[in-house]
Amino acid sequence: MQSVETYNDKVVRQFTMATIFWGVIGMLVGLVIAAQLAWPALNFDIAWLSYGRLRPLHTNAVIFAFGGSGLFATSYYVVQRTCHVRLFSDRLAAFTFWGWQAVIVAAVITLPLGLSQSHEYAELIWPIDLLITAVWVTYAVVFFMTIARRRIRHIYVANWFFGAYILTIAVLHIFNNLQIPVSWTESYPVYSGAVDAMVQWWYGHNAVGFFLTAGFLGIMYYYVPKQAQRPVYSYRLSVVHFWALISIYMWAGPHHLHYTALPDWAQSIGMVFSLILLAPSWGGMINGMMTLSGAWHKLRTDPILKFMIVSLSFYGMSTFEGPMMSIKTVNALSHYTDWTIGHVHAGALGWVAFITIGAIYSMLPRLYGAERMYSIKAIDAHFWIATIGIVLYITAMWIAGVMQGLMWRATNPDGTLTYTFIESVRQTYPYYVTRFVGGILFFSGMLIMAWNVRKTCQMGAGAPLVRVPVPAHA
Amino acid sequence: MSAGWNFYIVALTAINLIGLIWLLLATAAKPKNDKPATETMGHVWDGDIEELNNPLPRWWFVLFILTFIFGFAYLALYPGLGTFKGSLGWSSGAEVQAELDATNAKLETLFAGFRNQPLADLIDNPAATKVGRNVFANNCAACHGSDARGAIGYPNLVDGDWLYGGEPETVLASIMNGRHGLMPPMVATLPGNGVEEVANYALSLSGLAHDARLASVGKPKFEAICAACHGVDGKGNHALGAPNLTDDIWLHGNGNLAGIKNTITYGASGVMPAWGALISEDRARLAAAWILAQGKSSAESERDDAARSGGAR
Repeated sequence: MQSVETYNDKVVRQFTMATIFWGVIGMLVGLVIAAQLAWPALNFDIAWLSYGRLRPLHTNAVIFAFGGSGLFATSYYVVQRTCHVRLFSDRLAAFTFWGWQAVIVAAVITLPLGLSQSHEYAELIWPIDLLITAVWVTYAVVFFMTIARRRIRHIYVANWFFGAYILTIAVLHIFNNLQIPVSWTESYPVYSGAVDAMVQWWYGHNAVGFFLTAGFLGIMYYYVPKQAQRPVYSYRLSVVHFWALISIYMWAGPHHLHYTALPDWAQSIGMVFSLILLAPSWGGMINGMMTLSGAWHKLRTDPILKFMIVSLSFYGMSTFEGPMMSIKTVNALSHYTDWTIGHVHAGALGWVAFITIGAIYSMLPRLYGAERMYSIKAIDAHFWIATIGIVLYITAMWIAGVMQGLMWRATNPDGTLTYTFIESVRQTYPYYVTRFVGGILFFSGMLIMAWNVRKTCQMGAGAPLVRVPVPAHA
Repeated sequence: MSAGWNFYIVALTAINLIGLIWLLLATAAKPKNDKPATETMGHVWDGDIEELNNPLPRWWFVLFILTFIFGFAYLALYPGLGTFKGSLGWSSGAEVQAELDATNAKLETLFAGFRNQPLADLIDNPAATKVGRNVFANNCAACHGSDARGAIGYPNLVDGDWLYGGEPETVLASIMNGRHGLMPPMVATLPGNGVEEVANYALSLSGLAHDARLASVGKPKFEAICAACHGVDGKGNHALGAPNLTDDIWLHGNGNLAGIKNTITYGASGVMPAWGALISEDRARLAAAWILAQGKSSAESERDDAARSGGAR
């Protein structure tokens, strides 16, 4: 007798729990460094707690630990269900879980010790980079072998985005971390000067484009129609915006290096492609939002859909803001100010975290044999508290950023600067406090979620084995 | 840029943009046997996920085309396509140079007025010290503080105590050419309790609380070793930048035993960069004028305070 094939949801459950755990940790570290900017004495003169070491810990924890675990969980969940086949190789999938957690723990140890490659979002030292490479290649094998063994001919759009993100991150990670080791903890990059900067921001901006955008669009394309119980708005829109998004993002990196030693032609190319990126980005937003057309009334009763629709709104807003900031003359004002920090967090909190939170609320009851989340009211509370937190955060940083940009460029008739740097820091103080308050709200929402998830797991029937259904051939 | 790289960049850019325009136009065109928008594509995933095939929103299509038009226009006007310089002939380097030239031309008239006045006169010229204050705030305040009162390791410039001398031309020379003050670590030359003893003697020089017995043992050691730079009387040496130890003004600590012992044990080093090449002599003179004016006014206000309090000090 042939045994019944079930989905491998164990690895999905593991990654889902890791997502929530690292989300709480990563945002807590963010809260600490936000407080340090307002009250610098909070580093207590301890090197391990200094801003310069905790800041990369925060970014690595929220991007790669929280976001990364969320992407592993959802991509494994989605690829099985849209290919109607069990995940390829339980052992390799388990290796990706334990390997990825090992990477994160290594980051948590090495970054506060001050061990760093000094490349933004690629701080981790070379032995950890090698482990990341091993995990990522295994991830690609598991994902693409599952696609190869699918029982339904058409590959669902969510999997295009997951596939693009997995392939591209592999290429980016390897080429930006080409370093020559000189000891177990130190290495030197093979690139130097402006070339090193360009490779770094080719990596850095595509980490945004593929890790934090394409991957999360994959999440959106499965969980939004699933939660709304509506068909995806437009297949052909998804075709155009997919190819446009992945090809144009590749060129956008130089906008991080406007008015630097980077040659003018590269800066121009970066700006032009960043502007053209507006429409492909909005294509994803439109496809997600319009999927809800005809089901808008569900927003009144379903706070999970609220998370998703607001995340798409923030996605649309920050992908409008991004191209504007890439224009050289705007960038001359915004660069190096807290406006950039506000822009990043509109995307990171509003888009990335909200779509992840929505997906987890949508999928978690199914993973633990519960009918629904333990408390729908708690989801609603989470939604409102987190939304107010984001609005406080990004408006504070917008005002602070524009103010800083204007103060830094103000000059006296004698050619000197009107303000010293420290004067702009003093003026920023109230906005740093406001940002910290916004951070507290967002973090509180994560604690509510952690409590709700715990209660749901206790309420559920354990870990159900879900049978792979026969695909419907329409 | 070699011809090969030039071709590579232009070709990749063109292929990417033109390919996408083709995809956009091909997808926007209505296929002959298109299904109505209410009908799905016919695939079902995971039981209930389906796709409609609505046409591309018109406004979105137009927006996309407009960004392409902007992109091509920009690349025609500005450098971007490999070695092609753009029809405007713009470059960021030339833009900066033009702005610098315009600013310098404007400032030349301002600075020329001060150039033929001796530095000593500029101190009493409010127009000069106003500019000098701004120059100081932009360049010097990072170390010396916006009020020029310094910090630990960075000299206070308004207390009348000068490491290298307070003559206007000497102050200007410090700004133009920089200074490097160096106190070597003395622990090896002061074995046993020597550091403690000399530190107590240094405290006694400024009339601070000290251990008289230790200070008396330290005195001959100071006169044998430290006096080489600080002088037998401990009043320092402007030629070397050796601080005066008798005025209770402390550069590298707060004038307590632990701080002084630390400096004697490990030495100290202070660097004032040479600003001449960075800010030009015109600005350096104005900054010096402002600093000296500050010193003058703070000395005057102290004299007034002393007079008011009946000369108690």
